[in-house]
Amino acid sequence: MRMIGCVSPVSDGTLRVFGLDPARDGAKIRARLGVVPQQDTLDMELTVRENIVIYGRYFGLSRRELGARADELLEFVELTERANDKVEPLSGGMKRRLTIARSLINDPEVMLLDEPTTGLDPQARHVVWDRLYRLKRQGVTLVLTTHYMDEAEQLCDRLVVMDRGKIVAEGSPRELIERYSTREVVELRFDDSRPDDFGYWTEGLVGRVESLPDRVLLYTDDGDAAARGIHERGLVPESVLVRRSTLEDVFLHLTGRSLIE
Amino acid sequence: MSSLALALRPLEFFFAQYRRVWRGTAVTSVVTPVVYLLALGVGLGVFVDRSTDLPNGITYLEFVAPGLMAATAMQLATFEASWPVLSAIKWDRQYHAMLATPLRVRDVMLGHQAFFAFRLALTATVYFLVITAFGAVESPLGILAIPVTVLVGLAFSAPIAAWAAHTQTEVSFVAIFRFVILPMFLFSGTFFPISSLPAPLEFIAWLTPLWHGVTLCRDLTLADVSFGPDLAHLAYLLACVTIGLLLARTTYRKRLVV
Repeated sequence: MRMIGCVSPVSDGTLRVFGLDPARDGAKIRARLGVVPQQDTLDMELTVRENIVIYGRYFGLSRRELGARADELLEFVELTERANDKVEPLSGGMKRRLTIARSLINDPEVMLLDEPTTGLDPQARHVVWDRLYRLKRQGVTLVLTTHYMDEAEQLCDRLVVMDRGKIVAEGSPRELIERYSTREVVELRFDDSRPDDFGYWTEGLVGRVESLPDRVLLYTDDGDAAARGIHERGLVPESVLVRRSTLEDVFLHLTGRSLIE
Repeated sequence: MSSLALALRPLEFFFAQYRRVWRGTAVTSVVTPVVYLLALGVGLGVFVDRSTDLPNGITYLEFVAPGLMAATAMQLATFEASWPVLSAIKWDRQYHAMLATPLRVRDVMLGHQAFFAFRLALTATVYFLVITAFGAVESPLGILAIPVTVLVGLAFSAPIAAWAAHTQTEVSFVAIFRFVILPMFLFSGTFFPISSLPAPLEFIAWLTPLWHGVTLCRDLTLADVSFGPDLAHLAYLLACVTIGLLLARTTYRKRLVV
């Protein structure tokens, strides 16, 4: 992400952004990018508006055009009322929105968003998603990294799953689910009577069985039929939940469940 | 786009930041010289002038005033280039915001130094007006002590910023003040000629940029300019600034381009 943003040197291979070489044309590339870093770099003691205007000055934009543009952007992220307040007391969600507004000051063709909603409450996340979705509709290319699969599902047309720095899968959310998971998943929870081996109970009913400490996942294209099937064979779990496959299933399947630390 | 124009862009940020605190610093920059001149120039000066004859029949006030002006610039520059630089890298991270834009590492580094130069120029001007009011400036040539004072400041702000961009924590800053800046303040010819120091110490004092700055300022305000030596003082200060900037360019790059 930092290499695309032309702040880190390319460690290996070839990188071209807008067809330009970051080593030579870093400044030119950055002039066309909007960057929302993982860690906010707002100035806490300047006002909301000053943060946007001064950032715009780094791009060499004139104060006059910045004034109008800052108002528009504050409107866009719903911070107009806080324009003259200092940044420090704003909530995490507001700060994130301000960072997004600031990154739009140069009318970027591509936005780089590094975990844009990490640490935000659900309401704040949805507001951020909504604004990002609108930008996408306006034709801005969004490049974003995230650990939240629901975020990827909401915003991405094309996504790449990375594991330990390597690309392990690539495609649209729907394609990935079709390719790496089944249509539905049955989640079984048991009290004490959990069988050790599910081979007998699920034989011929489901594609894949994943046994976790707290529950058992059955991957299948027809969840209801599978649930009925095991019930008819006499297996009675404490609870049965049939749901659609999500990107989270794909991600965990591809990258494993062990913690990466 | 020329390099210099890009380096001016970060200035806007530092000005905006400075607008929040300028009233406080304005009061300090007037009060500090007045207090120092009253205590040392007038108070202590009475004793000194009674017991010693300074060269060319000058008073102790005239001797100490330009020295204080240069020494104050050193302290201001050191302070401004230590915590604020580390903060812009590590805590408030303003440098990182700048580097996400067309600005390059050297623009950020030079932009911050340009802001120090601005602060130094303001402070030096106020100081100069105060010492003039105290009657410590002998000649119109003395006004050149203002740019020289800025240069003295930059001779410190550049290498100190280089260090601040290198160090991981702020603990060394206090040590720098205690063991480098304070001894320099006291022993680099501000309060007494370094010829009164024992020979080895005199040599060390002779190496400090502050001594060259103090001497040059004093020659200017007392209209006692001798071309050769004063040019050498100027060259020494310029060399310190240049080396400091080169060091800063290296440490900034190492710290920020990762």
